[in-house]
Amino acid sequence: MAKNCHNDYKMKFTGDEEFPDLSLHNNHMAKVLTKDIYNKLRGKSTPSGVTLDDIIQTGVDNPGHPFIMTVGCVAGDEESYEVFKDLLDPIISDRHGGYKPTDKHSTDLNFENLKGGDDLDPAYVLSSRVRTGRSIKGFTLPPHNSRGERRGVEKLSIEALATLTGEFKGKYYPLNGMSDKEQDQLINDHFLFDKPVSPLLTCAGMARDWPDGRGIWHNESKTFLVWVNEEDHLRVIAMQQGGNMKEVFRRFCTGLLKIEETFKKHNHGFMWNEHLGYVLTCPSNLGTGLRGGVHVKLPKLSTHAKFEEILTRLRLQKRGTGGVDTASVGGVFDISNADRLGSSEVAQVQLVVDGVKLMVAMEKKLEKGESIDDMMPAQK
Amino acid sequence: MPFGNTHNQLKMSYSADQEFPDLSKHNNHMAKILTPEMYANLRDKETPSGFTVDDVIQTGVDNPGHPFIMTVGCVAGDEETYEVFKELLDPVIEDRHGGYKPSDKHKTDINPENLQGGDDLDPNYVLSSRVRTGRSVRGFCLPPHCSRGERRAIEDLSIQSLDILDGDLKGTYYALKNMTDDEQQQLIDDHFLFDKPVSPLLLSSGMARDWPDGRGIWHNDNKTFLVWVNEEDHLRVISMQKGGNMKEVFNRFCTGLTKIESLFKDRGHEFMWNEHLGYVLTCPSNLGTGLRAGVHVKIPNVSKHEQFGEVLKRLRLQKRGTGGVDTAAVGGVFDISNADRLGFSEVELVQMVVDGVRLLVDMEKRLEAGQAIDDLMPEQK
Repeated sequence: MAKNCHNDYKMKFTGDEEFPDLSLHNNHMAKVLTKDIYNKLRGKSTPSGVTLDDIIQTGVDNPGHPFIMTVGCVAGDEESYEVFKDLLDPIISDRHGGYKPTDKHSTDLNFENLKGGDDLDPAYVLSSRVRTGRSIKGFTLPPHNSRGERRGVEKLSIEALATLTGEFKGKYYPLNGMSDKEQDQLINDHFLFDKPVSPLLTCAGMARDWPDGRGIWHNESKTFLVWVNEEDHLRVIAMQQGGNMKEVFRRFCTGLLKIEETFKKHNHGFMWNEHLGYVLTCPSNLGTGLRGGVHVKLPKLSTHAKFEEILTRLRLQKRGTGGVDTASVGGVFDISNADRLGSSEVAQVQLVVDGVKLMVAMEKKLEKGESIDDMMPAQK
Repeated sequence: MPFGNTHNQLKMSYSADQEFPDLSKHNNHMAKILTPEMYANLRDKETPSGFTVDDVIQTGVDNPGHPFIMTVGCVAGDEETYEVFKELLDPVIEDRHGGYKPSDKHKTDINPENLQGGDDLDPNYVLSSRVRTGRSVRGFCLPPHCSRGERRAIEDLSIQSLDILDGDLKGTYYALKNMTDDEQQQLIDDHFLFDKPVSPLLLSSGMARDWPDGRGIWHNDNKTFLVWVNEEDHLRVISMQKGGNMKEVFNRFCTGLTKIESLFKDRGHEFMWNEHLGYVLTCPSNLGTGLRAGVHVKIPNVSKHEQFGEVLKRLRLQKRGTGGVDTAAVGGVFDISNADRLGFSEVELVQMVVDGVRLLVDMEKRLEAGQAIDDLMPEQK
């Protein structure tokens, strides 16, 4: 186990002297962390040297919002979830609907198992998108990694992505050294990610050495996109205009599995285990790390008294078309799965496909002035 | 700092080249000095509290700098940083502090009786006077690196010591986290309140962790002596008042500082100091005296004179707007202060301000009367 000098040094202060003041805080970490847990875990570190204070720093620095529950902690490496399970298991349970330490997560990236999804009405469903994250085994995560590691992840990613052919053939654009022209094009395509400004992220250390080792890869048709070394090692996105979610999910699964093969060949598979599924930096993204969603026109349904109830029963969430924390414009909403852990990729995208089909049917009924009471779904 | 040092051994499995930062777009003292060879020599070292070279340089890697302003680009995490990483920090210090050599000795003089004059600056021109410095408490890590336990211990020591001050220095401590809205507003109106750092230069170094835990402001009842606890340094000590009586301001500054130092010593804690670097502070730019003594002075004519920049240079002074560093002057009123920190004593630096400002005011009066100032041009100090 690596010697963590500074953590040893801190041990000369008592647990009480070091325990953070969480009296004004409202995040998952602050709800769960007690002095007993802190005392138990403060002397530990993972093999790469991640400590409890590293994990909770972002939650200490960002008390949160009275109405939005942020997670308030991050993993610094794969082992964080094991070494600090006394803290992270209850947080995972709290965040992921009661998911227990003994529960098993199923992974299913076989797109053939998705039923339908190619027939969402394009007059209502304007675009479809699926995203997830992946962490590369053998490297520490963005809050903790060194420049050498980050560049190692970038190098492997470039090699892996360069082997893609056919519809996946594409190009890598490192953030460092991007020409103005390339930058403008990526902005217009809504592909470019910028240095994080959210203190939730910067306090976790994810923005160190920016923009070293960061970049964007996309295929020629601009329907498959990979972010390297932003919040996670990889973020993988498939998207296109219209309502053919089946096609988007097919491309998503195919591309993802091809990329994984190449990483495995280099002895660096993705971080995964049968309890947590895919291991990512933020505990909120464990499991599938998947958000499958559409931009859909629901001006009538969204003002219906039962809209929220419908979403809850369908296990869906709404966002504005600018993404999380934005307002919807012209009755167009971003509708996506609410769950990440405890159900598979296919199951989550199925919920989106079935749920959106139902909501479009409801919208059409409401347009005709008819009631939707007999269409109310059961709790999924 | 949580991230940098925690896995120094793991990083050693990568070569120095693989870990060396990309400094091609950078313009700060650290980027000018750090070479791959130096990095290779220093990367496996740690101070006793675990501060590493990546911790030292992180702020300079994250903040390429400004083409016209040379930022320092590195910080100390504890007293030993300046020794363990001297191969990097000595040249940075030399570059920043006018050729100060590793063998040079710094003199400390906070005996206010040694200041000549300074009680007679014309208050029609000199609107206010102020002296500030920083102090670090030996035995604790510095703000980029300290834990909550350490920070709170420094706060406790500070409160205990400052509570004992009496007479002109009697005052009250306001912890940032317990402040009432009224107290907060009053401190803002007095221009005393410091807020969570927003500058990425500071944030990248880890100084804002756990905000506002352990931070606070103490000031005397007369509002002429002020101490910041756990902002950029363990302590920042400020003495200020309206008008041009710099002698009185410096008097109070020295008296207060000396009393505080002795109270900390009574509790078993000295200030970090050595005969080479003087007072040891978080930023290498503040070594030596850590002292900035200045006035707000009305010099609309002198400031437009073509020799203004040259005059300041010869007097070893610098100008700032009245909002502080990087602000513009308003109504011809400038903040004029000493440019040096290391290699001169406190008395010497304040003397330069007193003598220099007196000369600038004389020049202003000449120019007002339509007369030349050529015969008043000073020598290079």
